[in-house]
Amino acid sequence: MIERKVDALLAVVGLVLFAIIYGLIEADVIGPFWKLNIIIICINVIMSVSLNLINGYTGQFSLGHAGFMAVGAYVSVVLTAKLHLPFAVAILVAAIAAGFVGFLIGIPTLRLNGDYLAIATLGLCEIIRIVIMNINYVGGAAGFTGIPHYTTFTWAFLVMLATLFFIKNFVNSAHGRACIAIRENEIAAEAMGVKIVNYKVLAFTLGAAFAGVAGALFAHSFYILMPGTFSFLQSFNYLIMVVLGGLGSITGSIAGAFVVTGISAALAGVPEFRMIIYSIILILLMFYRPQGLFGYVEITNLPLFRYLKNISPEAKKAMGIDTEDSGKGGKA
Amino acid sequence: MDFFNVFVQQIINGVSLGSIYALIALGYTMVYGIIKLINFAHGDIYMVGAYVSFFAVTMANMSIVPALLISMVVTALLGMLVERLAYAPLRHAPRISVLITAIGMSFLLEYGSMYFVSPTPRTFPEVMGNLAYNIGGFVINGQQLLIFAITTILMIILTYVVQKTKVGQAMRAVSFDTETAQLMGINANRIINFTFGIGSALAAAGGVLVGVYYNSIDPLMGIMPGLKAFVAAVFGGIGSIPGAMAGGIMLGVIEALVSGFISSTFRDAAAFAILILVLLFRPSGIFGKAVREKV
Amino acid sequence: MKFGKKMLKAMSLLAGAALMGAVLTGCGGGEKKADNGAKAGGEIKIGANFEMTGGVANYGSANFKGLDLAIEEINAKGGVLGKKIVLVKADSKSDPAEAANAATKLISSDKVKAIIGPATTGGVMAEIQIANDAKVPVIGPSATSPKVTVENGQVKPFVFRSCFIDPLQGDVMATFAAKTLKAKTAVIYVDSSSDYSKSLGDVFKEKFEAAGGKIAMQEAFLQKDQDFKATLTKLKGANADVIFVPAYYEEVGKIVKQARELGITCPILGTDGWDDAKTVELAGKGALNNTYFSTHYSDQDKEVQGFINAYKKKYNEAPNVFAALGYDAGILLADAIKRAGSDDPVKITKALEETKDLAVGTGKITMDKNHNPIKSAVILEYKDGKTVMKEKITPKA
Repeated sequence: MIERKVDALLAVVGLVLFAIIYGLIEADVIGPFWKLNIIIICINVIMSVSLNLINGYTGQFSLGHAGFMAVGAYVSVVLTAKLHLPFAVAILVAAIAAGFVGFLIGIPTLRLNGDYLAIATLGLCEIIRIVIMNINYVGGAAGFTGIPHYTTFTWAFLVMLATLFFIKNFVNSAHGRACIAIRENEIAAEAMGVKIVNYKVLAFTLGAAFAGVAGALFAHSFYILMPGTFSFLQSFNYLIMVVLGGLGSITGSIAGAFVVTGISAALAGVPEFRMIIYSIILILLMFYRPQGLFGYVEITNLPLFRYLKNISPEAKKAMGIDTEDSGKGGKA
Repeated sequence: MDFFNVFVQQIINGVSLGSIYALIALGYTMVYGIIKLINFAHGDIYMVGAYVSFFAVTMANMSIVPALLISMVVTALLGMLVERLAYAPLRHAPRISVLITAIGMSFLLEYGSMYFVSPTPRTFPEVMGNLAYNIGGFVINGQQLLIFAITTILMIILTYVVQKTKVGQAMRAVSFDTETAQLMGINANRIINFTFGIGSALAAAGGVLVGVYYNSIDPLMGIMPGLKAFVAAVFGGIGSIPGAMAGGIMLGVIEALVSGFISSTFRDAAAFAILILVLLFRPSGIFGKAVREKV
Repeated sequence: MKFGKKMLKAMSLLAGAALMGAVLTGCGGGEKKADNGAKAGGEIKIGANFEMTGGVANYGSANFKGLDLAIEEINAKGGVLGKKIVLVKADSKSDPAEAANAATKLISSDKVKAIIGPATTGGVMAEIQIANDAKVPVIGPSATSPKVTVENGQVKPFVFRSCFIDPLQGDVMATFAAKTLKAKTAVIYVDSSSDYSKSLGDVFKEKFEAAGGKIAMQEAFLQKDQDFKATLTKLKGANADVIFVPAYYEEVGKIVKQARELGITCPILGTDGWDDAKTVELAGKGALNNTYFSTHYSDQDKEVQGFINAYKKKYNEAPNVFAALGYDAGILLADAIKRAGSDDPVKITKALEETKDLAVGTGKITMDKNHNPIKSAVILEYKDGKTVMKEKITPKA
């Protein structure tokens, strides 16, 4: 019951926000530049939240998220630009394709631990990119051109909302708790009867599928798609968003995507210093907030929501909002 | 040329490339071994090393050996400074935050250098002429011999330092168990700092050799070799010094053989694929010790 | 640890100060430019959307340097229509998505009247639709792929370039290899991460085979590769009469050097991406003997001396081909604004289409109906590090 109340409230907040931004865009208060950046933020939120599911909630260090995004992006443009299918179908198939690739990759690699998993996923992401680069049907290194411009603010925002709800409900479900248990202590979780491999692969597949969704949205915003966009540096970028916001916090991932995209857009006027300033901000933020902006805290943990929920400690723990363990976030 | 000749030539090409990977991989593996940090800024330290020697040779008219030494000293200090400023304050922070700091440091070094030395690639002056030796149909040139020589010397020195000296012993102790080492009176912070210094100096040597070998350097030159060297370190078993050497050379040889006999477009993909296969069968690399997690 | 904490504080203060400084100087620069323009009764804003950071920052910034010189010269002569031209810089970060983002910013926030850049085909392709929707002309200084201006038989109304297109160069070099060098077999070695390189390789193959030659082997490398010896060892085995390497100087310099080190002595051919003093530095004078490449101008040509000298004076280095094409783009645009008699983007576009016999830095250009300039190409040979003109090809309109 309580969950449903919170969900309803969040849905209302999301839709009101949507209406406000939509109105501002229509009234031309938000110009095309910021509108485009809001769309990019929405895409980045999907990327960082889905990566958070793998890295933050399940504790599996993946460094190849851009690879799944690439799969989704390319699959979706083939469907829309070559086969002229509707955008919604393209997004759905992109999710399935990326999820399937994630599943295939996850089964063997998720046996690896920590940094070994990180380098294996990074390597697989690079392999995906190199393979795409050698497929002439999708334009190879030169890129895929003639992509219809389907990603509007409405699409990006609503798909983002749907993703957030899905992932939020997943981590609050029994499956989500199993994933969190794996993060906290794999051996203990196994002893408690959690099927470790199944849950790792499940989280990995879901994360990859949503990266595919983000890829489809991304591909239809820029008219051209090049494999070079999805290099490992792009994966780093999403990792930065997740860690900056706080591992294991959906609110944090949203904030991370917002801050990183915002800084980049705000510094567009000083190209020579953009990366220098960005890197200094990054280092300083890590100094002062090593656990990320939100740590393990969710926005639903703020007073308004707490009043609404008025929940028992057990439920609180289940939602991953117990702040006690925020110091142990390094289980990367 | 028949198959055998081409094969041997590819091995020669691969070993010289791999020696450079090995030099960079050593720094990765030592730092990882001691504080479990993937120091993504390491590839950029290598780039700075190349630039320092470039300026030493072009502006101060030095010959290659003093330039190499100066560059190693300067980058060792830089590596220690980076550690002290960016990583030491985060010693007790989550590991992933330190990793993000390392990525931030990497961007800072890359784009800071780009601002100061411009993104245009610089040409490393020819320091040793173009000596090519034709031995029984195989071509080895002076630069390749220089790479073999310097890599071998540095590795012998490193092995000596780590195995035979007090500092080396302390390094191994801190790597094995930091807390116990501290209880035994070892100043862990100093040892960690020293490790960064050594690792950076080796990377700088790699940078200088790349400058001499390929005679072109640019501010972003560290990204790919840095990643490759990390792959090499994992390949050999991260944390293991002989593993990094072997991993680097093997990676170089694999790349040369893939480029030579399949296609260079798939070179990186093949290198990663082999790495993943190795990891699946030997999850802690070729020389790595399997660590069982205790309950 | 005490030391650590103090250092940390000092460091953050320092970093904060550096940050503020950087922001201030950055903004300061922008304002200064705006002031200069305001004095002379108004200004015309032009977007300069280039790769200032990322993988191909060296090409983007060379384009920008050339463009900046052109605009400076024009403003020194009083600007156009009595107004100064002001360049608004944006960074495409060597990424098409970012190029689109930057173009959106230039058009919607800065209200530029035209955009010049980015340097690479991918970057220009990404901003075309945005420019089209806003009816703002775009000039790609060095985007040589045919599909930048024409796709599926449709001319894109707002896109222009100031360089010739790939098929011309590929054709010129294939003919040169077959006719002048009398080559029977050739090896093609392309940069598979570059559209430019790949499409030139395709054209060369088609034309060389049409001229009766045979392609013995086709190989590829990737941008930013350092080691080419493995593939070159393989190419050496093919024993071809010529090797065609349509690529940029950064890799070309290394390829030629390593090829000669491995004992490959045959002629090596290339395209305008070779045209940079760095090629000589990287490859070495001796190694470059017996190599030929097509480009836009010869630095011994009389008509380009003005540009070369002005560039050397401003930047203290010789211009490369990217700088020259950036310069040409600036002149081309300024001329169009002058003839349009207005800074209205649609009128500028119309004037750009009508460009005829305009003297730019590298010669004369006339815009054809596909928005591609008709420009002559030259084939240069390297002799002891100096370029010597072999042939000049002036295409018919």
